[in-house]
Amino acid sequence: MWSLNEIVKSTDLKLNELFKPGMVFFIEAIIVALLAISLFAILGLVLVLMERKVSSFMQVRLGPNRVGPKGMFQTVADTIKLIVKEGMTPDNADRFLFHLAPFLVMIVAMILLAPLPFANGFQIWDINIGVLFVSAVSSVSVIGILMAGWSSNNKYSLLGAMRSGAQIVSYELSAGFSILAIVILSGSLTFSDIIQSQANGWWLFKGHIPALIAFVIFIIAATAETNRAPFDMAEAESELTAGFHTEYSGMKFALFFLAEYVNVFIVCAIGATLFLGGWMPLHFGDNTTFNHVMDYIPGIVWFFGKTFFLIFIMMWFRWTFPRLRIDQLLNLEWKYLLPISLINLLLVTVVAISGWHF
Amino acid sequence: MGAASLIILSIAAITFSGIALLVSKFLLKTHTNKQKGEPYECGIPTQGPTWVQFNVGYYLFALLFLLFDVELIFLFPWAVVVKKIGWFALAEVMVFLFILFLGFLYAHKKGALKWQ
Repeated sequence: MWSLNEIVKSTDLKLNELFKPGMVFFIEAIIVALLAISLFAILGLVLVLMERKVSSFMQVRLGPNRVGPKGMFQTVADTIKLIVKEGMTPDNADRFLFHLAPFLVMIVAMILLAPLPFANGFQIWDINIGVLFVSAVSSVSVIGILMAGWSSNNKYSLLGAMRSGAQIVSYELSAGFSILAIVILSGSLTFSDIIQSQANGWWLFKGHIPALIAFVIFIIAATAETNRAPFDMAEAESELTAGFHTEYSGMKFALFFLAEYVNVFIVCAIGATLFLGGWMPLHFGDNTTFNHVMDYIPGIVWFFGKTFFLIFIMMWFRWTFPRLRIDQLLNLEWKYLLPISLINLLLVTVVAISGWHF
Repeated sequence: MGAASLIILSIAAITFSGIALLVSKFLLKTHTNKQKGEPYECGIPTQGPTWVQFNVGYYLFALLFLLFDVELIFLFPWAVVVKKIGWFALAEVMVFLFILFLGFLYAHKKGALKWQ
């Protein structure tokens, strides 16, 4: 059976036969960059369409259905529209920061792709502190948002950016604590090791109730960290026009939009990797026939399936819960989620040390 | 690929965004006038300075965040080895968390968690 791991290895061997080491590195760099860019573009197209289709499904309406079969090319049409739109810069804006902010947000979203394990051995950089890397780099995007809100010289932008900063920064704590729960259980910070430790069952099932609590907290925190409803204080349309990207238009707005959706994907991918086993197929005890059938589904399908399932849950949230006020939002984090996740951390430790997990 | 992948990915992100912005710049001509350059506030002319004062509450939460984020960073190396060390590590971290929790209670008592 073919696997992505073998394809990567054989390509590497072939390139090493044909070229010098420096040239091989150059070619591989270009391949990685092209793959990352195409993943970005495809994710943007797919996720925006998915968002609109899911919301239309939730609200019992048709949704986009004119461009292409079942409205499949709606996002392509949107992109073309955004490309030919005029990119405005307000007169009093801090021009340097104003132009830098979308680049910064994009760079952060792109760098976060590096440690994601898409399939067995199909990973750009299997960094040994992968989990820490992710939680460190993902917080840099706050700087991009604050930069955008500050530099555009608009009250709405500034307020939106401050709210967004407070919110992302607060929910990062409980996200970090729930990630820590899995680190304790698996005893490693490397993504590939964490996935290997789930070969006989996903941590969501193996880790008893503490893992379940951690998973729920992680999903809530992830929704808040990506500024999605019901936590979309940062761009509450009805009060702040569009929050931190009020003054952005045309392609710069599109870059923010794209980075936001890619961040949703990345957060869900990390959730799928830590709690749902990443590319590990679903196994039931020693039910050999079932396990064998599941093994035939390639890892990358499992990875994207789990990730998109989590994305669907986040979209579901959007149409289920009303938007929170900023004080309610911070209350939820500091008075409920943070103490719960601290106590949950101790519970996880007890479970891990006494070996109660399966 | 090693750490170089970060540089490669950053360059990829910059080229991707740069090309997108350049293409859109090529395809159209921008017309600017004075009204267009004003801050967008739903059509009403903006009042006073736009870099306004914001709520002091944000600073409080930023400070609290700093405290707990440093705690989180300290817990990461502990989390990797806690399974090997066993109950002793749990006891130690409980002392650590208890002291921090006292600080958290103090902040709560002082009303730092209340939004004003």
